Amino acid sequence: MQHYSGFGLLKHALSYHENWQRVWRNPTPKKKYDVIIVGGGGHGLATAYYLAKEHGITNVAVIEKGYLGGGNTARNTTIVRSNYLWDEAAHLYEHAMKLWEGLSQDLNYNVMFSQRGVLNLGHTLQDMRDIQRRVNANRLNGIDGEVLDTKGVQEIVPMMDCSANTRYPVLGASWQPRAGVARHDAVAWGFARAADSYGVDLIQQTEVVDMIIEDGAIVGVKTNRHGDIKADRVGCVVAGNSGVLANMAGFELPLESHPLQALVSEPIKPILDTVVMSNHVHGYVSQSDKGDLVIGAGIDGYNGYGQRGSYPTIEHTVAAIIELFPIFSRVRMNRQWGGIVDTCPDACPIISATPVENLFFNCGWGTGGFKATPGSGNVFAATLAKGEAHPLAKPFSMFRFYDGSLIDEHGAAGVAH
Amino acid sequence: MFYIYCPHCGEHREEEEFHAKGQAHIARPADPDSCSDKEWGEYLYFRKNPRGLHHEMWVHAAGCRKFFNVTRDTVSYEIKEVYKIGERPSVVAAGN
Ligand SMILES: Cc1cc2nc3c(=O)[nH]c(=O)nc-3n(C[C@H](O)[C@H](O)[C@H](O)COP(=O)(O)OP(=O)(O)OC[C@H]3O[C@@H](n4cnc5c(N)ncnc54)[C@H](O)[C@@H]3O)c2cc1C
Ligand SMILES: [Zn+2]
Repeated sequence: MQHYSGFGLLKHALSYHENWQRVWRNPTPKKKYDVIIVGGGGHGLATAYYLAKEHGITNVAVIEKGYLGGGNTARNTTIVRSNYLWDEAAHLYEHAMKLWEGLSQDLNYNVMFSQRGVLNLGHTLQDMRDIQRRVNANRLNGIDGEVLDTKGVQEIVPMMDCSANTRYPVLGASWQPRAGVARHDAVAWGFARAADSYGVDLIQQTEVVDMIIEDGAIVGVKTNRHGDIKADRVGCVVAGNSGVLANMAGFELPLESHPLQALVSEPIKPILDTVVMSNHVHGYVSQSDKGDLVIGAGIDGYNGYGQRGSYPTIEHTVAAIIELFPIFSRVRMNRQWGGIVDTCPDACPIISATPVENLFFNCGWGTGGFKATPGSGNVFAATLAKGEAHPLAKPFSMFRFYDGSLIDEHGAAGVAH
Repeated sequence: MFYIYCPHCGEHREEEEFHAKGQAHIARPADPDSCSDKEWGEYLYFRKNPRGLHHEMWVHAAGCRKFFNVTRDTVSYEIKEVYKIGERPSVVAAGN
């Protein structure tokens, strides 16, 4: 792998940047791999990377039906935080947070992780009680967090309307200073490049259309372009399409796929240097380094795979944002899109063995899995390498929906992000 | 944007008057106490999540507040039919 550095940039300037090495190979798949990962989003690519790096398993293929990172990874609003309520979730997301903090160095790729802090606003007394409870729980878990009152919020975001005259006055917020945003594409590309350098085959434009199962165990997958590809173990990391893949393997998951929308404005000068989220009025906003306001909506209530959503959802979100930021009322919106998120009944992911031997699923991240990308890949790689759940992944088995040990994160995950 | 026919009101109304309520035709186990954890868990949480034809419940939340069923394509979003609770769908996926 060509090492990226400031010096390299200068050197390549001399040849007009025409001689950069390709970032990854475009290999023809082998007949058989130790591990096949279905889905080349951030989570799948991170899984491949950690399989190679931490477990020495490099005979690995990532099979992606479109292009790398073109699913929810490309469509998300990139908020990264770890202030979840329950120990199980907090530990998992904080594991990811710690990896984020060294990720650009680790991958030798700038993922533009920017710890600009995240505010979760409270608009009712109950919101504030929940915030206090959550921040206390976070601190006990060693996760940074503060409870702010209205004045504290106003100091961080001076141009937000924190007056008492609004319909839903801002009573305060939780504030996680280490939280922030990262550059979504760079995360996928950085993991892809690093995985490729260990010899992982990244197979794009190839859809898995069926599973080859013998005596209750998976032995490979059928693809639309490269025929059958065999594997000792298969990990599915296909977000909104998890139900479709589970169906191929003959079981159901406790998941429903919903459209989730986001929109960005025209680029404007720097105005918002943190991330503001509100469960109560249901909207959130940050500003990208390019200058566009990045705004996220809630999910559409119906199941859908169409990668687009309904206008009332956008209208509702924009109304909430303008209530908080009247100054944005004349900013024009540039683009709007949807991704398909796999929501789980307890708003927590599934990282799990399945009824089919040697077949594992990493899914159910729903509206908020980008923040977990390195951590998810890290624990799923360990799970695939050992054939048993990584300690941090253990509580997230799909079988928790049989024994009732759900991890209710609806409070911390309330607004889609 | 959906334009949904409510079979109770006998009218097409805009999507915002309705709420989607998930998979239709899930029968509550007759004797919950005799269910295994697996059976009860599946009843509560495990769902068909098809890419294609889906039978689902909707409620006319800001209208008559009654429930009904819809057969809808989850990719094109086209509503194929609307039918009342207790009725069977006439549009079904191949192999169903
Ligand atoms: C609008 C929006 C905003 C969001 N905002 C945030 C946020 O602010 N913060 C946050 O933490 N999370 C957010 N999320 C959620 C986040 O995007 C996802 O949880 C995360 O990106 C999932 O990553 P993934 O790699 O699992 O999935 P994806 O990136 O979707 O990757 C799955 C891949 O599997 C491929 N695939 C599917 N079926 C097949 C098949 N049969 N064969 C081969 N390949 C297949 C797909 O093409 C896709 O590339 C948001 C999501 C959306 C849609
Ligand atoms: Zn009605």
